[in-house]
Amino acid sequence: MIEVENLTKKFGEFTAVDNISFSIPKGEIFAFLGPNGAGKSTTIKILTTLLKPTSGKVIVNGFNPQKEQNKVRESFGIVFQDQSLDDELTAWENMEFHGVLYKVPKEIRRKRIEELLKFVELWERKNEFVKNFSGGMKRRLEAARGLIHHPKILFLDEPTLGLDPQTRNHIWNYIKDLNQKENMTIFFTTHYMTEAEQVAQKVAIIDRGKIVAQGTPAELKQKTNTNSLEEAFLKLTGTTIREEDANPLDRMRARRKMHNR
Amino acid sequence: MNAIYILWLRQLKRYFRSRARIFGSLAQPLLFLIALGFGFGPVYQKAGSGNYIEFLAPGIMAMSIIFTAVFSGIEVIWDRQFGFLKETLVAPVSRLNIVIGRTLGGATVASFQGIIVFLLSFAVGFRVTNMALLPMAFVFIFLIALLFTAIGTAIASVLKDMQGFQLIMNFLLMPLFFLSGALFPSEGLPKFLNIIMKLDPLSYGVDGLRGSLVNGFHFGLHIDLLVLSILTTFFLIIGSYLFSKIEI
Repeated sequence: MIEVENLTKKFGEFTAVDNISFSIPKGEIFAFLGPNGAGKSTTIKILTTLLKPTSGKVIVNGFNPQKEQNKVRESFGIVFQDQSLDDELTAWENMEFHGVLYKVPKEIRRKRIEELLKFVELWERKNEFVKNFSGGMKRRLEAARGLIHHPKILFLDEPTLGLDPQTRNHIWNYIKDLNQKENMTIFFTTHYMTEAEQVAQKVAIIDRGKIVAQGTPAELKQKTNTNSLEEAFLKLTGTTIREEDANPLDRMRARRKMHNR
Repeated sequence: MNAIYILWLRQLKRYFRSRARIFGSLAQPLLFLIALGFGFGPVYQKAGSGNYIEFLAPGIMAMSIIFTAVFSGIEVIWDRQFGFLKETLVAPVSRLNIVIGRTLGGATVASFQGIIVFLLSFAVGFRVTNMALLPMAFVFIFLIALLFTAIGTAIASVLKDMQGFQLIMNFLLMPLFFLSGALFPSEGLPKFLNIIMKLDPLSYGVDGLRGSLVNGFHFGLHIDLLVLSILTTFFLIIGSYLFSKIEI
């Protein structure tokens, strides 16, 4: 479903993604793990047509993200790390807009919106403004929205960041459900290693742009002789904290947090 | 239903739902109208130039239009990271359609603001002199709105965060407004000011609006239309191009 071969992405002198390769068959739940600044977001952006690779081969659902952009876009749904809902619209309107953008015909659209909102238990609140939703509700809505056009792949960038345990549990249950019922391929990133360990069938760990290990959680634990994925991760990537500069996005995130108080 | 319509509709919904913002953004135009209109009115009259409110109102309409329009464009910066725009950028919709929908939506909203100020100005004594050209006034309202929404979008497409926004407001928008003949006539001005006014795109918008409402074109109806149309087309193209280059 997703094939990546020798993918490299450079921003000027800086190599964000360095010759990585992995292959994800249809219906797999794949976790892409790594410290901050490792190249996870860059990789996801390349897979989702938002960035062009410097070199290497990328195939998503049989299509090339660079040359067949729209075909790739129709194949996936995505829940971004930062909210991409429209606060000033209702839950229902957010869903409807997505449906129109993805050219889902009206009848089917209306039916699916209802199904999905019920699936994430937000149907009762469909006419409320998103700005009044909690973080968990927004995340659920984004997940529901990403599925309206029945994508084959669902990308999730830190899907449970900042959520309480009940909501996290709920979200993973939805995802596992989707994976089993629809054979949907799931590609996610997270810092919550325990979740990754429980949910993922295959894991790739990226550090400083290179993939340092790939395999099932069990394989990785065995390889590093550790008892949990978190320990394995730390062993593979070291325990030093990564130097980072705040980029404009971090500043905006900080401002946004202040705004929402 | 298609992408352009839905993006246009979204801008409208957002505008009509924020009562606070609508009223808030009318405060300054109203203040200008009342303070400047009644303040300078007697002086203007004494100088033999007639009714200042009549002269001023189109300028204030333009003011509310351009500020609303540029702000719509600038919203792209915020939207890009935290809003709907990111969702649109991964959707199977061309960037061109997205930017057209947004620009038309932003321009419609800015035009509405202009029309509200137009109606408000009747309360302070403004009257339309030339009913025949009233439809033309609406054309000018929309053209000014479109031009400045396109400018706002173009700027927003190259800015990475809101810091630059302040700079834009103070060093671009304010000068454009103050030197456009919105507040004072261009007769008898020192040469350098005249030249600046000729170079200010808004001058043609204000002139066109004023001429259509109360007569008294300075440049002329056709020149105003021509210059505005050319500039608007130019900025629409630039805005669309820059927007299509956005990476998030």
